[in-house]
Amino acid sequence: MKNSVEVKNISFSYGKTEILNDLSLDIKEGEFMVLLGPSGCGKTTLLNCIAGLLDLTDGQIWIEDDNVTWKEPKDRHIGMVFQSYALYPSMTVEKNLSFGLRMMGTAKDLINEKIKKAANLLQINELLKRKPSQLSGGQRQRVAIGRALVRDAKVFLFDEPLSNLDAKLRAELRYEIKKLHRDLSNTMIYVTHDQIEAMTLADRISVMKDGLIQQLDTPKQIYNKPANLFVAGFIGSPSMNFLKAKFDKLNQNIIVGKKQIDISKYENINNLMNDQEVVFGIRPENINIEKNENSIQCKVELVEPMGADTLVWTSVEGNPISIRLEGSSNFNLNDEISISFDINKSSIFDSKSEERI
Amino acid sequence: MSTIPKGPRPKHLTVGRIGLYCFIIMCALFFLMPLYVMIITSLKDMDEIRAANILNLPKELSFYAWPKAWSQACTGFVCEGLKPGFVNSVKITVPSVIVSVALSALNGYALAFWRFRGAYFFFGLCMFGAFIPYQVMVYPLLKIEDFLGIYSSLPGIILVHTIFGMPILTLIFRNFYASLPIDLFKAARIDGGNFIKIFFYVIIPMSTPITIVAVILQVTGIWNDFLLGLVFAGRDNQPMTVQLNNIVQVDYGVAEYNVDMSATILTSLVPLFVYFISGRWFVRGIAAGAIKG
Repeated sequence: MKNSVEVKNISFSYGKTEILNDLSLDIKEGEFMVLLGPSGCGKTTLLNCIAGLLDLTDGQIWIEDDNVTWKEPKDRHIGMVFQSYALYPSMTVEKNLSFGLRMMGTAKDLINEKIKKAANLLQINELLKRKPSQLSGGQRQRVAIGRALVRDAKVFLFDEPLSNLDAKLRAELRYEIKKLHRDLSNTMIYVTHDQIEAMTLADRISVMKDGLIQQLDTPKQIYNKPANLFVAGFIGSPSMNFLKAKFDKLNQNIIVGKKQIDISKYENINNLMNDQEVVFGIRPENINIEKNENSIQCKVELVEPMGADTLVWTSVEGNPISIRLEGSSNFNLNDEISISFDINKSSIFDSKSEERI
Repeated sequence: MSTIPKGPRPKHLTVGRIGLYCFIIMCALFFLMPLYVMIITSLKDMDEIRAANILNLPKELSFYAWPKAWSQACTGFVCEGLKPGFVNSVKITVPSVIVSVALSALNGYALAFWRFRGAYFFFGLCMFGAFIPYQVMVYPLLKIEDFLGIYSSLPGIILVHTIFGMPILTLIFRNFYASLPIDLFKAARIDGGNFIKIFFYVIIPMSTPITIVAVILQVTGIWNDFLLGLVFAGRDNQPMTVQLNNIVQVDYGVAEYNVDMSATILTSLVPLFVYFISGRWFVRGIAAGAIKG
């Protein structure tokens, strides 16, 4: 499949502070790409560079086989949705939607037709005559999406569009954005720090930190096989449990304090060296409460019922461990439990390089 | 006997409140005093003024001073009152305010949103410009205008007012625009606006409050100006303030205090009126830009 957006070796700095350094990223046609990372990781800067709102220090941006590096934002065939909605406060919803088309000198009939179509799609028909100040947050963001929609943009850019909304609305609009992508199949680039949004929306996620792409893969791969400790800790809520350990090649064990965990089933066990210092990572849902020859005895220290799930906190050799269990499970403080790890689904990282083994 | 606390707490007039009101009332009286003296003096005839009871109400109302101040009092060689000065002041103020406010809005917009190389330096220059006493620049400006051939003319004085108004106005516009969300500007750029289009379609419609503040500042500042009008306007375009001075500073004949008082009130009517109808905006503007009143 051909690429819709190509970011080629771009660098960007504010004065002497380097934000992006020699970053490359290809986004396929019709792909939903999510840029995910903590604040300050450069994801919004990257999006602004693609939009042409920031001038690159070095490198090129291509959109639809066109080198747009020096082009104005308006000539890049993009539509953008902002976290703060950025609706023009003095214009009605209708004028907001049509502003871009009016600037291009589009014929009135065509403008009306496009507005009608977008308004139907986003269910904002009855809001067209209102001012942005008379809309709720969710309605405002719908209008903002509509504004990108009417322009027939080839690429949609979303800059944390749902961050200002409450949890319920966020889930609702997330669903709508996904539906929109299904129906329009435009290329979409979506910046967020919310991993749920990233997991649910993305075809591929690019996890960023300090201006570098840490991992670029499907949500499934990123969740199950995180490339390094940072990605492993960032993705997943409640987050992955980590245990510092040492590999014992002879017994195919890792040693955590006084406890031993059999990891003979780990996929890349052959890449481990004897006495190698590692970090053993296991997701809360991949820990089972069952007694077998490998299980570890511990005590329940805290119980967090979350409705669908129950999170049980315990500790192994002083390391806190969370276990995700069914909502119906019943545990009390100080209950003795035996836990065992699903080694197939675990991740082992080198403790120096922090890379997955 | 004691009532059980329930609902809103009852309000008591505290000593602090009373003190505050006393202070406010005294301040108001202090500042209203001169106005009171001016108004009653302008309504007395000269005999009564000579009796020197400055705070007494007039025994007999006399409206002789007002029409004289407006259309007959002598300002130097001619005796047409303040009327020509009023017309001149309008001719100076209106274009100066429009030009300076429009240019400053554009400047502020460019400084806030189009961060060109050296924008901060330019901004600093504006700050600096706003605090230089303009007396320093009077003579050089005079020579420049003389060279350009507009010294002592209406365009000459308008240019001077525009120049002196721009630093402070650029500052307040820039600060106002800097407080607007930058995303709005980004959205407009993606929607196809260029420098001018974004200014006209997106920024200006949002500028009402700060424009009102700027207009108030400029109208009062230019209307009240004496020095620049005296130096740059030329004899034919002397503003009201200069003519008022000529009325008050008589070298011969009798000093008619009632005429002086009414002439002064007439001259200050415009700024007074502007403050009166726009006090709310004015306070907001001062608070927003933290600028001089």
